[in-house]
Amino acid sequence: MRWLYDPSQAQQTLSVKLLNVNWPLVALVTTIACVGFAMLYSAGNGSWHPWAERQVIRYLVAALVMLVVAMVDIRVWLRAAYGFYAVTMILLIAVEVRGAIGMGAQRWIDLGVIQIQPSEFMKIALVMVLARYFNGMPAEEIRNPVKLIVPALLILVPAAMVLKQPDLGTAIMLVLGGAAMFFLAGVRLWKFAVVLAAASAVVPFAWHHLREYQKNRILTFLNPESDPLGAGYHSLQAKIAVGSGGVFGKGYLSGTQAHLSFLPERQTDFIFTILGEEFGLVGGLVLLALYAVVFVYGYAIAFRSRSHFGRLLAFGITTNLFLYVFINIAMVIGLLPVVGVPLPLVSYGGTSMLTVMFGFGLLMSVYVHRDVRIGRYGEAET
Amino acid sequence: MKKSSGRGKTLTRRAVILGGGQAALLAALAGRLYYLQVVQAPKFSMLADENRINIRLLVPPRGLIVDRFGVPLAVNRPTYQAVVIPEQAGNINQTLDAVADLVPLTDADRRRVLRDVRNHHSFVPIVLREDMDWNEMARIDVNAVDLPGVSIEQGLIRHYVFGDETSHVVGYVAPVSEQELNSDDPLVELPDFRVGKSGVEKQYDLELRGTAGTSEVEVNAFGRVVRELAHEDGIAGDQIVLGLDMDLQDIAMRRCAAQGSASAIVIDSWTGEVLALASAPGFDPSAFASGLSPAQWKALVDNPYNPLENKAIAGTYSPGSTFKPLVATAALEAGVITPDTEFFCPGEYHLGNTVFHCWKKGGHGTLSVRRAIKESCDVFFYHTADLVGIDRIAHMANRLGLGLKTDIDIPGEKTGLIPTRAWKLATTGVAWQRGETLSCGIGQSFVSVTPLQLATYVARLATGHTVKPVLVRDGGVMTASSPIANAMSPAFAPLGIQQKTLDVIHDAMYGVVNEVHGTAYGARIEDPTMIMGGKTGTAQVHHIAREIRDRGVVTGTKVPWKDRDHALFIAFAPVAAPRYVCSVVVEHGGATGGEGGAVAAPIAHDLLLEAQKRDPARRVPVVPFGAAKLAQG
Repeated sequence: MRWLYDPSQAQQTLSVKLLNVNWPLVALVTTIACVGFAMLYSAGNGSWHPWAERQVIRYLVAALVMLVVAMVDIRVWLRAAYGFYAVTMILLIAVEVRGAIGMGAQRWIDLGVIQIQPSEFMKIALVMVLARYFNGMPAEEIRNPVKLIVPALLILVPAAMVLKQPDLGTAIMLVLGGAAMFFLAGVRLWKFAVVLAAASAVVPFAWHHLREYQKNRILTFLNPESDPLGAGYHSLQAKIAVGSGGVFGKGYLSGTQAHLSFLPERQTDFIFTILGEEFGLVGGLVLLALYAVVFVYGYAIAFRSRSHFGRLLAFGITTNLFLYVFINIAMVIGLLPVVGVPLPLVSYGGTSMLTVMFGFGLLMSVYVHRDVRIGRYGEAET
Repeated sequence: MKKSSGRGKTLTRRAVILGGGQAALLAALAGRLYYLQVVQAPKFSMLADENRINIRLLVPPRGLIVDRFGVPLAVNRPTYQAVVIPEQAGNINQTLDAVADLVPLTDADRRRVLRDVRNHHSFVPIVLREDMDWNEMARIDVNAVDLPGVSIEQGLIRHYVFGDETSHVVGYVAPVSEQELNSDDPLVELPDFRVGKSGVEKQYDLELRGTAGTSEVEVNAFGRVVRELAHEDGIAGDQIVLGLDMDLQDIAMRRCAAQGSASAIVIDSWTGEVLALASAPGFDPSAFASGLSPAQWKALVDNPYNPLENKAIAGTYSPGSTFKPLVATAALEAGVITPDTEFFCPGEYHLGNTVFHCWKKGGHGTLSVRRAIKESCDVFFYHTADLVGIDRIAHMANRLGLGLKTDIDIPGEKTGLIPTRAWKLATTGVAWQRGETLSCGIGQSFVSVTPLQLATYVARLATGHTVKPVLVRDGGVMTASSPIANAMSPAFAPLGIQQKTLDVIHDAMYGVVNEVHGTAYGARIEDPTMIMGGKTGTAQVHHIAREIRDRGVVTGTKVPWKDRDHALFIAFAPVAAPRYVCSVVVEHGGATGGEGGAVAAPIAHDLLLEAQKRDPARRVPVVPFGAAKLAQG
C-alpha cells in the first residue's frame, strides 16, 4: 500500500484527510445524483426497475471510489498519470481490435459485472497526463512549438481512435478538453488560431470521412424540420418535450413525451428532456444552478491549490465536467447537433458515472492536498 | 517556484477567462431554455398533444329504410368478428388451431392472419374471422378462457331484409371508392364505413349517414392506445320512409322474375308515390356491403338477364302500341280528328312507293279512334300521325312525361328519346321523312321510353294532372290513424288537356281490357268497383319484314329469345276515378314469347287488383305482409 499511501510523505493522517474532504461538494454531487435517480425512476414509468435501482448502486460504488481517490496523495496521481494514460490507450486499442474482428461499432469491454468504455476514462486520463506534462514544463518552453507536438499527439491519437469507433461526441470532448488544458498552460493564442485555421481546411476532408448517420445528424441539426421522422426525430421530439414543459412542467411522472415513448434514449443522453418536461423551466434552471455551483467549487479548489499540477488538474477536470454538461444540454435543447454525450451524474450509465466520480475524487484530492507543493517531477517541495 | 510564478499568473488569468466563457455558455443554455419553455411553449405543447392524442371517429349507425307501413327494408345487422391480440395469445399457431376447432377457418384466413401478425405491432388486434353468425360467436365466447388474447368485437353491417326484391329500389352500400374519398365528411376515411352506391342508399346517402362519434384516446409513440380521454357517441342517420308497399313489391318482383327479364311499376297517381318498382332479376344487395368475390361479380355481369340494371328506370324500349293513346290525344287536342273521324283499314297503308302494314293481315275495315285503340289498328294511326305531324306528337309526349327524365329520387334514370324534326336534322343532318312519322305514330322507329316514363305517362293520361313519381314518402310511416290522401295532390297541376279528349281515351282503354275484341280482354278485372283500363304494346327488337312474319316462317318461341319482341302493357284503375297506374315491360315476351296482352297485362291485372284492395280508403292492413314475413324469417 505504500504506492497509494506513503506515511513518510504524508503531512496529514487519514482521519484528518477525511475531515478535509470538501463535504459540501460531496453533498452537492449527491444532490445532483439524486435528481438523476428521480429522473430514472420517471423514465422507468414510475419504477425503480430497470434503471433507477442500478444507478443508485453504481453511485454508491462510485462514491466510494471517489473518496478513495480523494485520499490518495496528489503526487501519487502525478506519478501515475502516464501509466494511467498508457493503460487507457491499451484498452482503447483493445476495443478497436475487437471491434474490427467483431461486427460494427464496439465501445465496451465487458468485465462481466460492468461494461467499461475506455473512451470515457480517456477524458480523465488526458487531463491527468496533460497536467503532468505542463507541470514539468517551464514557461519559456511553452513558447516553443516543438515542445507542443507531444501533448498535441497525446490528444489527437486517442481522439482519432474514438472518432473511428465512431463516437463523435467523445472525440469532440477530448479535443476541447485537451485544448482547454493547452489554453490554461499558457499556449499563445495565435497558435490556437493557426490550429483552428488548419482544422477548417481539413473540414471538407473530415466531412468526407464521417459516417452517414453523423452527416445526417449535423445536417438535421442545421435544419431539424427537414426530416421530422428520420434523423431529425430525436432532436424534434426532445425539443417538444422540453418546450411543452413550460415554466413549471407537467408534474413529476406526468410527462407525456417521456411516458408515451416519444423520446428515444430518454434514460441516457436525453434524460434532461424528462426534467425539462416534468419540472419545466424551473427544474432546468435549478439543475443548471447546481452544476454551476459545482463548477464554482471546482474553480475555488483550483485557485486554493498551491501546486501548478493541482491547479491544472482541478481546472482541467472542472472544464471537462462543464463540457459534459454543456454539450449534453445544448444538444438536447437543439443548440448543438445530436452527439453522444451523457449528462454527468444524471444519465444512466456505469462508465460515465465512474469516470465523473473519479474526476470528483481527483478534484477532492487536489483540495485535500491543496497545501502540498509539487516540483516538476512530483517531488515534494518545501 | 520563481520560475513557475510567470506561468502561475498566466494560469490564473486564463482560468478566469475560461470560467467567464463557461458562465456565458451556461447563460446561453438558460436563455435557450427560456426561449423553448416560455416563448415557444404554446407551440410545443400543441405538438406534444398532437403526438399523444389521437381522435378516432366512430361510425354512426346508418339510418333505416322502411316501406310505407314501417316494414324495414334496409337494417343494420349486428356482426361479430373474432380478433386476436398476438402479444396476449402467445403461440399464434396454437390459437389458430384452437379457433379452427370451433369455427371454420380457411387456409386463406390462416395465411392472412399470420401475415398480419408479422406486419403489425404485437398489441394490434388482428381479425381472425369476419362476419360470424351468433352461433359461431357464442362458440368462441364460451371457450374464451382457453383462448387467451382472442376476443369478440361487435359491429354493424348493412342488411337488406328482402334481398333481391328491393335491390333496385333501395340499392346497396359498399366500401368507399377512390373518387368518393374527396369528401369533406371525415367518415369516408374509416375502413368500416360504407357508402350508398345505388338506389335510395345513394340518393339519400347524406341523410342516412348520420354524424360520426369520436373517441379521443391517448396513444404512445408506437400507436398503442393507453387510455380513452373522451368519448362521444355518434348520431344515427335519419330513417328514410319510402312510399313503397312491400306486399305489392313482393308480388311485382315474383311475377316479373317468373318472366325472366321484366319490370313493373305501380304508382299512386294522386300522390305520385311509387308503390312498387320491380326490375327482375334482382341481386343480393347485402353481398356488396361485405365485398363481392370475383366469382359473384362475374356471375352478375355475365347473366344475360342483366340483374345489375334497373330496367324500370334505365331500360329503354320502343313503346309500340302503348304510344297510340298519346298520338290519339295529340290529334284530338290538335283538332285534326274528332272522336267520330273514321278511316278505312285494308290491312296496309301506302305512302309513295312504301307500304306500311297493319298487324292484322285482313285489315280492320272502317273504324274511329275508340275502336282503333281498342283493337290497336296500325293503319288508323298512320293516318292520324300523318295528320298531326311528328312535332305535335313529340310535344304531347313531353307533356305526358316521355322523352324527359321523371326526376325520380334514385340515380341512374335514362331519358329515352322522343324525336322531332329539329332533333333529326341536328343529329343526322338528314331532313325528317314523312314515313318516319308513320312509324313513330305506332311507337316504333326512333321512339324509346323507360317503363317509369310509361307509368308516368299513363298516370298523367289517367288523371289529366302532371303527376311526378317519387319514392320517398312525405308523411312518414302510415298508420291506421294517419290522414289518407283522398284527392289529387295539389302539387300536380292540371295538364290542360280537355276532359272530353281524356274521356275518349279512357273509354277506348276501357274497351281494350273489358270488351271482347280488346287486345287485353283476358286480363280484365271483373270486380265492378276496380275495373281496369289499359293498352297493350309490342316493341320490335329486330326489324323483321312483315311479309316474312306473315308467311309464318318464324314466330313466337321459334325466334331466338334475344330477337323476340318485348311485351308491354300500361294500365290504370279504377276507370271511374283513376288512381292507380301500372306499366309492365316483359323483355322478349318473357318465358312464352307472348305479346303484351298475353304476358304483360296479367301482371298489371294482379298488381292493380292488389293495389286497389289495399287502397287506404278501404283499409290499412293491420299486419303488413312484410312484418309477417319478417316474423317467419
